[in-house]
Amino acid sequence: MLSRLKFVPMRLLQAVPVAFGVTLVVFFMVHLIPGNPAESILGAQATPAKVAALTDQMGLNQPVVQQYWHFLSNLAHGNLGESYTYQVPVLTLVWQRAPVTLLLVAYSVVLMLIISIPLSMLAASRPGHVRDHAVRVIPLVGLGMPQFWVGVMLLLVFAVGTGWFPVGGYGDTMMDHLWYLFLPALTLAISISPVIIRSLRASMLNVLESDYVATARSKGAGGRSLFAGHVLRNAIIPAVSIVGVNLGYLVGGTLVIEKVFAIPGLGSMLIESIFARDFPSVQAVALFVAVFVVLVGVLTDVVYTLLDPRVDLTQRMNA
Amino acid sequence: MSVVALSRTVEPLLSVQHLTIGIPSSGGGHATLVRDVSFEVGPGVRYGLVGESGSGKSMTLKAIAGLLPRGVEVLEGEIHFDGDDVLTMSPHERRRIMGPRMAMIFQEPMTALNPTTRVGKQIAEGPRRHLGLSKADAQELAVDMIRRTGIPDPARRARAYPHELSGGLRQRIMIAMALSCKPALVLCDEPTTALDVTVQDQVLRLLAQLCDDMGSALTFVTHDLAVVSQTCSRLSVMYAGRIMEEGNVREVYEAPQHPYTEALFQSAPDFDDPGRRLAPIPGLPPSLTDPPPGCPFAPRCQYAIESCSTGSKPLVEVRHRHLSACDLADQIFGGTR
Ligand SMILES: Nc1ncnc2c1ncn2[C@@H]1O[C@H](COP(=O)(O)OP(=O)(O)O)[C@@H](O)[C@H]1O
Ligand code: SF4
Ligand SMILES: [Mg+2]
Repeated sequence: MLSRLKFVPMRLLQAVPVAFGVTLVVFFMVHLIPGNPAESILGAQATPAKVAALTDQMGLNQPVVQQYWHFLSNLAHGNLGESYTYQVPVLTLVWQRAPVTLLLVAYSVVLMLIISIPLSMLAASRPGHVRDHAVRVIPLVGLGMPQFWVGVMLLLVFAVGTGWFPVGGYGDTMMDHLWYLFLPALTLAISISPVIIRSLRASMLNVLESDYVATARSKGAGGRSLFAGHVLRNAIIPAVSIVGVNLGYLVGGTLVIEKVFAIPGLGSMLIESIFARDFPSVQAVALFVAVFVVLVGVLTDVVYTLLDPRVDLTQRMNA
Repeated sequence: MSVVALSRTVEPLLSVQHLTIGIPSSGGGHATLVRDVSFEVGPGVRYGLVGESGSGKSMTLKAIAGLLPRGVEVLEGEIHFDGDDVLTMSPHERRRIMGPRMAMIFQEPMTALNPTTRVGKQIAEGPRRHLGLSKADAQELAVDMIRRTGIPDPARRARAYPHELSGGLRQRIMIAMALSCKPALVLCDEPTTALDVTVQDQVLRLLAQLCDDMGSALTFVTHDLAVVSQTCSRLSVMYAGRIMEEGNVREVYEAPQHPYTEALFQSAPDFDDPGRRLAPIPGLPPSLTDPPPGCPFAPRCQYAIESCSTGSKPLVEVRHRHLSACDLADQIFGGTR
């Protein structure tokens, strides 16, 4: 079992060049953002001389390649720079904001599973039946609506309208967090559930037709014992990689949804930093998100390996 | 011995009467996969169903086990097991007999085991559910069953996943699983077809021996005449969803009473006479959606005459406990003995 997880360190090592590529793209994209950070910091009233002085002091006059080199050598020392806006190391800011976003992502995944598994079971247990069609069609409506819009609708109905949930924010205790993050997590879950339901339904149907399910039935398994003992785990395996692919999309969605619900996570930090031309913060968030997506990929493979004893990614790696 | 036990031996354990299985379709032209099949299996008896692939053997077995695929239904007939009408059983009642009273072994050991569960746990599942054993006791029973199938180091094997075992070992695991609750009847669907010949032989011996040990009856489906002769005492020969001939294995081998059975023998290799030329049966089985009238074998039968293609051809007793669906059985086979 454990020997099959030997691929993990290797995969983590492979994340290094990916992260390097991300810094390259992010760094040069940041410098395409129109506007001068010194101007943003000093405000509209600042004299051109002051702006020029600060620009010079920040090294923004140097050739971009030289700036990138400077950025990389700092990065090698674990230094991502200081936020122009807050004058503190950006890493400090990222570490403050990251748990919020991670919790939101994890929460969304849990809600997504809570929505998708029963619905796909409902559909797969009676293919062609009304409830199968319902389960297949209704989520498509959710897929057709922009995430942003779904979030605003939930906000209007369940926060502004009924007052069951807060309009925005994050709260102080864990219970608070779960309450504050419910609607945004639900928004994200709704947006990716259709894809997951579709894949789970298809794989459940496959498994239900399989020989080993017939074997299980011949041992007297049926209903819940059949689903829990033989169908679910085998049906989830092909869906895991689809969940993995969509987690990247989920993280992207988080960044937007945080803004809608005023959640102090990495997403809002990213958007604020872009508007403030706070280049080091933008770079740090982008780098963190990229590393996170890579880690999620590895995690997906770990889950895949743990669920399916036939999978040995270590061998594929050596081949 | 009690009166009940005595009366049991008189009554068949499994009785299939006029079983007709098909795919109902609203637009007409439905396919009939099995037509008017009747046979009985007594307690402890090993009964074979033989025929070319597509003749409806698996469907017959699946109907008995209540495992017909979606869309395929029993259209007519009755199946009694242990005196109970299994076709009218609720799913719940059905689940209660599957395992402890009736068990099934499938053709493909590669796909018939759950790939993500250790084989020991898969064997233990039935005993836990039906015999009320604790997890530990069921696991112990599973290891013991594996030992009884002759697999060395059973405790270690119990922890293996199916993909870590060879086809022969997997089929032994299937046997251990099927027999773990001492069923009265074991349904086998070509359990050795996917295995190579030497392994096939070992697995058949094992199956026969364990069934004897446990007093289990066997209903054994195969396309391979040699396999039935090795395993069963009585058999039916199926063709195009119908029984063509039924009799005791030895008598059917020595004196087949149906041209299809005879053709089947001539198309199969003979170990006693390896030099004999194989004579494949020319032509193809008839359409199941639009079967020709009369004898279904007529288009391929070397003895066919005009009257073969009209009227129904019921199974009739041509010798003692030896039935044939061929109109001309007496003329063709009678004179030669
Ligand atoms: N799932 C299914 N749905 C519809 N028809 C089937 C299905 N499986 C098999 N059949 C058809 O039923 C007939 C009998 O099949 P089967 O009982 O499996 O034959 P055998 O076991 O004797 O080879 C075949 O013509 C086959 O094509
Ligand atoms: S009834 Fe006629 S066609 Fe059919 S098996 Fe007998 S001789 Fe052949
Ligand atoms: Mg078959």
